[in-house]
Amino acid sequence: MQILTMLLRRLLYAAILVFAVLVLNFLLIHLAPGDPAEVIAGEMGGATEEVMASIRKAYGLDRPLHEQLGVYLGKTLQGDFGQSFFYNASVTSLILSRIGPTLLLVTTALLFAIGLGTLLGVIASRNPRGIVSNLVTVLSIVGYSAPIFWTGIMLIILLAWIFPIFPISNMRDVTLEGGTFRQVLDVAHHLVLPAFTLGIVFLAQYSRLTRASMLEVLGSDYIRTARAKGVPERSVFGKHALRNAILPVVTIAGLQFGSIISGAVLVETVFNWPGLGTLAFQSILARDYPTVLGILFFSALIVIIMNVVTDILYRVVDPRIRTAD
Amino acid sequence: MAQSDYTDVMIQGGIPKAEHPVSEAWRMFRRNYAAMFGLVLLGVLVLITLVGPLVYSVDPFEIVWAPLTPPGQEAAAPLGTDYLGRDILAGLIHGGVATLAVGLAAAFITVTIGLTVGALAGFYLGLVDDILMRVTEFFQVLPALMFAMVLVTLFSSSLTVIAIAIGLVSWPPTARLARAEFLRIRNLEYVSAARSVGAKNPRIIWRVILPNALPPLIVSATLTIGTAILFEAGLSFLGLSDPNTYSWGYMIGSGRDNILDAWWAVTLPGGTIFITVLAVSLIGDGLNDAFNPKLRER
Repeated sequence: MQILTMLLRRLLYAAILVFAVLVLNFLLIHLAPGDPAEVIAGEMGGATEEVMASIRKAYGLDRPLHEQLGVYLGKTLQGDFGQSFFYNASVTSLILSRIGPTLLLVTTALLFAIGLGTLLGVIASRNPRGIVSNLVTVLSIVGYSAPIFWTGIMLIILLAWIFPIFPISNMRDVTLEGGTFRQVLDVAHHLVLPAFTLGIVFLAQYSRLTRASMLEVLGSDYIRTARAKGVPERSVFGKHALRNAILPVVTIAGLQFGSIISGAVLVETVFNWPGLGTLAFQSILARDYPTVLGILFFSALIVIIMNVVTDILYRVVDPRIRTAD
Repeated sequence: MAQSDYTDVMIQGGIPKAEHPVSEAWRMFRRNYAAMFGLVLLGVLVLITLVGPLVYSVDPFEIVWAPLTPPGQEAAAPLGTDYLGRDILAGLIHGGVATLAVGLAAAFITVTIGLTVGALAGFYLGLVDDILMRVTEFFQVLPALMFAMVLVTLFSSSLTVIAIAIGLVSWPPTARLARAEFLRIRNLEYVSAARSVGAKNPRIIWRVILPNALPPLIVSATLTIGTAILFEAGLSFLGLSDPNTYSWGYMIGSGRDNILDAWWAVTLPGGTIFITVLAVSLIGDGLNDAFNPKLRER
């Protein structure tokens, strides 16, 4: 029952956020220099008078601003984000067809970063002055400072060009024939470099965070108690310490979903990965405003959903919060 | 030994002389090799950026040699040329001013918004805190680069708009940090003391709490400069840099289509940005250690 009211409260809050993003989109259309109808048409002033007139009518642009907002919210809540002139398709269908590859890239990178990051962090915490520990410190500063697209380009030059181990770009080899299994392998082969590029930034942060949080937890009383009663060291690290040390990592990973999507935009552009990022890049070049605004909304939607998921996950990992509310 | 001599020794040896916090932090900072390396590195970069154009006066927009000449082949373009035949070395030397200026301006905007929001929320609490924190959460839901991209696309890709856009999308973490510091400090005794002698709220915020909240905020401001430079580089890579100003970002944007024909056109300015941000990060890390000596063990 408690968990149900919590869930409802979270969902209501998420709905308000979605609503707010739509209002922001509306404001952006009206604040942008030029005629809002032209922004909606997205043709850089090249739209015919007929198209402009139909847009003015459809969006009620001759009516007062609050009525226009009502019309815009009504349309977008039904999933209508307008037409892309450049792609000659509805913005929503265009975006839905690109969300899959982005989610594949982002989740792979995130799992890689969290998995290897916590592992490195735990190893580093066993010996705070050791090699792994120093490696974690160096890695975190380098990972923080390197422009992500630059890392990607360097990896392409090294591992796809000088040593052609991985493909340079795209998500699959279109000439490849064969069954599902070979297709999956092919996508996985294409996924390695982009996921690694995106993951390394977050791996750097998570390993450092795990290390710091492990060192703090290892100094606490219940760890001393566990050791005193003869719990094997493996179990002290794995069960007693890690389960508590992982909480800040979960919190940060949840909070950072927005920046992972931002990173994905750049990584996708480097590797020509057919997701939301390359779509954003191409629609910016084409000044395709409806698509650009649609992507802003959908990427925010992904972050909102992921925040709710993290919140639930957090309650699963940490029983104290479950009883607290 | 007379009794009074003994007390003198006790006083001199027993109670350490009070050191100004800034000079103490500087003493800690100087001992940190990585941080000093960062400081020297940044100093050299800034020097090259400011003095370099006077020494190496080739116009970065000017076409000096055949397009896509590799580094080390022509004396006219020691680091090669881009797809139009413009000198890469001239670009690296002349392009730093704009990049660093955008980074600094964006970081300034970020810190100004973040500090104001965080200070007000953490000090006044209640309804003010609720509203400001909801706004902060809203901004954190928008993927920062996407939002900045949209702003620059809709308005214009001038350096001013780019700096404002970066500042507008990156203030939430600073606001959260400032809020946490204000929350912590507002209930300490010296704040109550200031209030009891009749200090008004603005005075307490600016003159009593802020100076004590500064150390973590200075660290975060330093790191923000690095993030802002990375942000500008990212936008440039997507083709959203000011076409009228030569910057490292502009070089990246114009070289991105020829990565495999001319690796130097993107990797050199990208590497320069990496080194710059690395220097800033090392300084930020060093400041963090200098302000929190207790955390150095971690």
